[in-house]
Amino acid sequence: MYKRYAKHEALRDISINIPKQSIFGLLGPNGAGKTTLIRIINQIINADEGEILIKGERLRQKHISDIGYLPEERGLYPKMKVGEHLLYLSQLKGLSRHEAFDRINNWFERLEISGWSEKKIEDLSKGMQQKIQFIATVVHEPDLIILDEPFSGFDPINANLIKDEILKLRDSGKTIIFSTHRMESVEEMCTHVALINKSEKILDGTKSEIKDRYRSHTFDIVHSGRLNGLNIPYELLHERTLENQNIASTLRIDQAYTPNNLLGELIQHVEVHAFQEKIPSINEIFIKEVQEN
Amino acid sequence: MSKVSLIIKREYLTRVRKKSFVIMTLLGPLLFAAIVIAPVWLTSMDSGDTKVIMVIDQSGLLSEEFAEADPVGIDYQMVNAPVEMAKAQVSEGEQFALLLIPEIQLDRPDGITLFSESSPSLSVVKGIENKLQKELRELKLVRSNINREMLDRLETSIDLQTINLTEAGEQQGSAGVASVAGYIGAFLIYTFIFLYGAQVMRGVMEEKSNRIVEVVISSVRPFQLMMGKIIGVASVGLTQFLLWILLTVGLATVFLQGFSPEDLVKQRTEQITQNMPEADVAQAEMALNVQEALSSVDFTSFILTFLFYFLGGYLLYGALFAAVGSASDSSTDTQQFMLPISAPLILSIVTLGAVLNEPNGTLAFWMSIIPFTSPVTMMMRVPFGIPGWQMALSMVSLVGGFVFTTWIAGRIYRVGILMHGTKVNYKVLGKWLFSNQ
Repeated sequence: MYKRYAKHEALRDISINIPKQSIFGLLGPNGAGKTTLIRIINQIINADEGEILIKGERLRQKHISDIGYLPEERGLYPKMKVGEHLLYLSQLKGLSRHEAFDRINNWFERLEISGWSEKKIEDLSKGMQQKIQFIATVVHEPDLIILDEPFSGFDPINANLIKDEILKLRDSGKTIIFSTHRMESVEEMCTHVALINKSEKILDGTKSEIKDRYRSHTFDIVHSGRLNGLNIPYELLHERTLENQNIASTLRIDQAYTPNNLLGELIQHVEVHAFQEKIPSINEIFIKEVQEN
Repeated sequence: MSKVSLIIKREYLTRVRKKSFVIMTLLGPLLFAAIVIAPVWLTSMDSGDTKVIMVIDQSGLLSEEFAEADPVGIDYQMVNAPVEMAKAQVSEGEQFALLLIPEIQLDRPDGITLFSESSPSLSVVKGIENKLQKELRELKLVRSNINREMLDRLETSIDLQTINLTEAGEQQGSAGVASVAGYIGAFLIYTFIFLYGAQVMRGVMEEKSNRIVEVVISSVRPFQLMMGKIIGVASVGLTQFLLWILLTVGLATVFLQGFSPEDLVKQRTEQITQNMPEADVAQAEMALNVQEALSSVDFTSFILTFLFYFLGGYLLYGALFAAVGSASDSSTDTQQFMLPISAPLILSIVTLGAVLNEPNGTLAFWMSIIPFTSPVTMMMRVPFGIPGWQMALSMVSLVGGFVFTTWIAGRIYRVGILMHGTKVNYKVLGKWLFSNQ
C-alpha cells in the first residue's frame, strides 16, 4: 500500500496480514500513518497503489457492512434520541429497521443501559456517549471491527466492561484491529502487533514472536551467597544487596544457553529465592524501535 | 431503503420536528397577512387625523376654492392674521404649517414659503406644489381666455392595452400584473436560496465539528451524504412553503369572511376615486382590465417554471454552500467563501429593475442564460413571455450548472470534512479539487 499527499508520503510500502479472529494492535507514534491506513480500509479514502483483500476478496463497496469502525475523533448528532440515532446508523450499515431494533435492545441490556432509548444524546455524559458509539460500531455484527482508541473517555469500570465485550466478540469469531497508545491494553489483549513509524511498517508478527525476537537473555535473580564460578559465560549487569542480606542480580547470558542451563548452574552455587527472565514489554520495544528509527 | 433516502429522511425529520420550524411555519402567514393588512389599516387610522395648513395670501391671487378639503388629509385654511402670529401658532404646535404666499407676479412666482415645526414629508411638499401649480395654471388659462369647460373637453384619458402575440394567439397582457408576479417570484427564489443554502452549510459544519462525519462516511460515500443533506433540506423548504400557502389561504378566507372584504376594497377605491371623481368610469375599466390580465397570465406554466428555477437554483447553490461548510471549522471561516457565492445572487436582484425595463434586452438575455443568475432573472422575465428556445437554453444551462457545481462541491467536500485545524484558502481548495482522495 502506498499513499502520498501533496507534501508528504503517508504510507510507504505497507503490507500487513491480519489473521481471522486476532486482536491486531496497530501501533505507532502520532502522525505515523495509522489513521490513513484505517481510513483506506474503511474506503473513506483511496490508496495510490496497492489493494486490500478481505476474506480473500478484493475490498469493495459491498464490504462496508462487513466492517465496523470506531474512529478516534467520534461524535453523535446531539439533538437525536439514543434509540433513533442507533437505528439510523445501523440502517446505514444495511440492517433492516426491524433487525436493527432487536439488536440495539439486546446491546442495551449487555451494556447495562436499558431504558436509554428515549434520552437525547446531548443529555448524556461523554462516557455514556462512548457506549452508544461502541454499540453503533458492532451492532451490524461485522466480521472486522476497527477500534481507534476505544477506551478514551471511559472510567475503569466501563473500560473493563468494553474490554470484556471486545474479547467476547473475538471469541465469537470476529477480527479486531486495535489502534491505541495505551500499551498496557496492547499487552493485555492483543494477539498480533504491527508497528508503523514515519509511514513505514517497521515491525509485525504475533505478540509472543515479537517479544521472543527482542529477548535479551537477561535474568533477574534473588539469591543468597555470592555468584562465583558459574560454568557458563555471563555478564553481570547489576547487583544490589537487599535488606534481608539477600542479593538481587541482573545478568545476561550468551544466547546459546537456555534459562534451564542458567538455573541448573545457579542451584549448584547459590540458594535461589527468585528467578525470572526479563521479557521486554511492548512499550519498551515501541520506544526502542521508534527512537532507533 | 437506500442509504441516500435514509439520510434525506433524517435531515428532513430532525428539521421539521424543531420548534423553530413550527414557529416559523405558523408565523409566516401571519407576517404575510400583516404585510397585506397593515397598510390598509394604517391608512384608515391616518384619515381621522388631518393636518391643518394655514394659508396667508398676500398676493390676493388665490380663489376661495383653494381652501377646499384635500383628500390626502390636508386641510387648508385661509387666514387673515399677521404673519408673525401665524408663525407662533405653528412653532407652538397648534397648527401643522403655514403657507406664505407673498406679493408675486403670475409669471414669476418666487418666494412662496412653507413654515412648519417639523420637516414635512416629501408627499406633502409635492402635494402643495402640485396644488399651487394647478391653481396658477388655471389663472393663466383664464388670463388667456380659456375657460374650464373648454379645458375639460381638451383632456383625454388614455389606458394603453397591451397584447402579446404568442403561439397561442393574441393574449391580453398587463405590464403591471406581470411585473408584480415577476418580483414576487424572483424574491422568493432569492430568499429561499439564501435561507436554506445557509441551513445546508450549517448542517455540514455541525457534522464536521462534532466529528460524526467519519462514522457516517464509513457507511456511505461522502457524495451520498452531501446530496442527502441538500435534498433533505430542500424538502424541508418545500414543506414550509406549501404550509405557508395553505395557511395563508386559510387565514385569508377566515379574515375576509369575518371582516367583509367589500368594506376594505370600498375604502381603498374611495380614497383613489376622491382624487378625480370624473375618472370613475376609467377606474372601473382599469379594474376590469387587471382582472382580465390576471386571468390571462398562465398561472400553471408560471408556477411550473417557478418550481423548476426554485429547485434548480437551490441545488446549484446548495452544493456550493455544502462545500463552504466542509471547508470551514467555524462560521467565521465561511465568510471569505461567502462573497463569491452571494455576489451573483445579489447582482441578479440588483439588476431586476433593469431587466424589468427591458425584459427582452441583452442584459436580461445573458443573465437568464448564465445559471448563477438565471433563477432570479428568469422569474422576472417569465410573466412577460419568453421565446421557447431561450427558455430551453436557460433550463439546460441551469441543469448543466448544478451538475457542475455539485461535482466541484463533491470533490471539495470529500476532503474538507476530514480536515481539522487547517487554514483553508482558495489555493488549498484548488488542491483538494484535483487531489486523488
